[in-house]
Amino acid sequence: MATTIHQPPQIDPQSLLDQGRSGNGGWRNLVPADGDLRVALDHSPPPSSTAIYVVLFAITMMFAAFTSALIVRKGSSLDWQTFTLPSILYFNTLLLLASSVTLEVSRRRVAALMGGLKSQGGSPARWLYITLFLGLLFVGGQYVAWSQLRAEGLYLATNPSSSFFYLLTATHALHVLGGLGGLVYVIRKLSKSALLRSQLVATARYWHFMGILWLYLLLLLWMKL
Amino acid sequence: MHDVAAHAAHHAPPTSFIRKYVFSLDHKVIGKQYYALALVAALVGMALSWFMRIHLAWTNAAIPGLQLLTKNGAPGGVMTPEYYLQLMTMHGTIMVFFVLTTAPFAAFGNFFLPIQVGAEDMPFPRFNMMSFWVTFTGFVVLMASFFTGDGPTLGGWTQYAPLNAVGPVGGPGQGLGVILWAASIALFCVGQLLGSLNFIPTTLDLRAKGMSLMRLPLSAWAWFITSCMGLTAFAVLMPACILVILDHVAGTSFFVASNLVMNDQLLPHSGGSTLLWQHLFWFFGHPEVYIAIVPGIGIVSHILITNMRKPMLSHRVLIYSMGALAVLSYMVYGHHMFVSGMNPFSSLAFSFPTLVITIPSTIVVLIWTFSLYGSKLRINSASLFALGFISMFVSGGVSGFFLAQPSIDIMLHATYFVVGHFHLVMGVAAMFGIFGGTYFWFPKMAGRMMDETLGKIHFWLSFVGAYCIFMPFHYLGMAGNVRRYSTFVDDFLQPLIPVHRFITVAALITGAAQLIFLYNLIHSRFWGKPAPDNPWEATSLEWSTPTPPPWDNFGGKLPVVYHDPYQYGVQSSVGDYVMQTSPEQVKKEHDEK
Repeated sequence: MATTIHQPPQIDPQSLLDQGRSGNGGWRNLVPADGDLRVALDHSPPPSSTAIYVVLFAITMMFAAFTSALIVRKGSSLDWQTFTLPSILYFNTLLLLASSVTLEVSRRRVAALMGGLKSQGGSPARWLYITLFLGLLFVGGQYVAWSQLRAEGLYLATNPSSSFFYLLTATHALHVLGGLGGLVYVIRKLSKSALLRSQLVATARYWHFMGILWLYLLLLLWMKL
Repeated sequence: MHDVAAHAAHHAPPTSFIRKYVFSLDHKVIGKQYYALALVAALVGMALSWFMRIHLAWTNAAIPGLQLLTKNGAPGGVMTPEYYLQLMTMHGTIMVFFVLTTAPFAAFGNFFLPIQVGAEDMPFPRFNMMSFWVTFTGFVVLMASFFTGDGPTLGGWTQYAPLNAVGPVGGPGQGLGVILWAASIALFCVGQLLGSLNFIPTTLDLRAKGMSLMRLPLSAWAWFITSCMGLTAFAVLMPACILVILDHVAGTSFFVASNLVMNDQLLPHSGGSTLLWQHLFWFFGHPEVYIAIVPGIGIVSHILITNMRKPMLSHRVLIYSMGALAVLSYMVYGHHMFVSGMNPFSSLAFSFPTLVITIPSTIVVLIWTFSLYGSKLRINSASLFALGFISMFVSGGVSGFFLAQPSIDIMLHATYFVVGHFHLVMGVAAMFGIFGGTYFWFPKMAGRMMDETLGKIHFWLSFVGAYCIFMPFHYLGMAGNVRRYSTFVDDFLQPLIPVHRFITVAALITGAAQLIFLYNLIHSRFWGKPAPDNPWEATSLEWSTPTPPPWDNFGGKLPVVYHDPYQYGVQSSVGDYVMQTSPEQVKKEHDEK
């Protein structure tokens, strides 16, 4: 074996790695150590867990903007007319909460399946379909609420209170439709046995957030309209 | 159902032209697309400023060809006051959104953030592609307003209510023009939110082994902090734009007050709040200033360190200062509304953080200055523009001290003093950051070197030119010259017209100097000297890849990081630096002392 004359001073690479000042900074797990991209990718945690919080934060900011607009608009005007919320909204609320429960059941079943445990009564896909159905019912129920208000003569431009009602509920419904798209994606992946746990977890977090957001919106509308 | 499938779908090297250059999933191509968009937008914005400057200096001068752009705005090439305002609005909107946000953050960030953290791409390449094309569509929609009946909106880039919501009765462009403006900005917001969706997980989750947060280069930190700011700011501006559109097309009354009579017409709206728009807009608007400037701070630090051949006095304090700027930028927005009729106590509350935000800015400048002290700075186009950035940032920042105090701001508000302030601190400084970044990273992006002599000529003409243009603005403001007037007919403004003529000549020359940059860019892209992998003897990961980088950045491998980002002034086998990826142990010069 040839001798290298200008061998740079070498030390154990591991000790240099550990010198990162903030400790292990949460970098990617590198398997194997030579850094082959394909193998390393297969062992990296998927970034969707961070990304879903980014999405939820953006949605929070958006509704925070609408909320502050509502408060300022109501506070600065004399033309605000209150109206009673359509009672179907409370039924819709139950539907959305129930869908969160069914999704959670499904998520646990999938997790058990991935962990190698036997499925306990009913496939996870069935619970996902039930969640999808409940979600669609919720959006349908919101449409019924809008129709009822229209029948009462309350349109988008009738009064600032109705403007905000349609604005907030429609924006929320659009986001719920986005969540339904996520559920369809998860069901398709599950049927092909290509579903990642992280994808299901991200979808579930989004869906539960839609429920929490709706409870907040209902409280806001109930208090302010 | 195993994680092996996780990344099997990760994109393979593209083969078709469309996938390679148009709808590319590669963050590097997307970065270049953003750069090209910013370049086109900057040329349009600059041309508009030329038209405005000529009109301000020689009110009755005909600008040949201007009448072709507009139906009624410039009969015989002489612009009407309304058309002046329309051009001004478009200049501001194009420059703030499609240049100052797009180039330093979206363009350079897209290209270099994944490489600097040691990743093969962004985590969601499809969203990344959408991010660019949505932004591009936003630009097209904005440009389309030039060609609608009465042209683009004239409300200024801040689009104050109620003018933004009254409809065509408000003047040319206040109907369809405003709707297109709001739609364009809403699209832009979506594009930037999709950008943040990629930038944040890239920084947090895709770092190579050994790349702790404190080992990230300052530019990567700047892009990360900016993406967090963008996530908060654009998520508020988008709903505000939706409310404006609803006021136009759905008959709602969010922004137009009751019984408003405009041009002898009683408007049908009732009870809207004009201050509401200002609150929503400036909650976005002030962080936007930092969205434009923080990437510049990171880029400039990165360039200076490489050319000083030593790290900054404190890597950590610089990062914390950028973070402090980001947080404080949300607490100061009310200083844009001191004279809006807002509660005077609110003015006081907003004045205090506004003065406080000068502390992290000052810390950044002091770190730069004292790090530069005694260093043997390598003078090249990139380092010159980095020095220019500091100069502009300080000059523009100092006038901020004056404007931060409500009592002085009441006098200076809506004068050229404010225009001079924000052009220097936000416009020119950020542009210098973009230029510095271009001269520094062009070899890696294009695989060829830029011409240094032309670069230095470009710097000196731009540096002197920018001061000739914007320093007199402060004088004009103190002399009481109000902004947004297309002509100056008042007696007390007559003695100031020669100053305006001087500024116009300076603007024409400085603008023309940018054509040198454009020539250098295009010529070097095709005929420049081929660039080596690491022309500046730099340490960060982008210089450890081949030039130009392969589609997966590191040629089928992920790098391992062994060092802090800026190991200069050391003794190693390659020179006075050691790359982050080198496992070689080095002796630091200051260790010996």
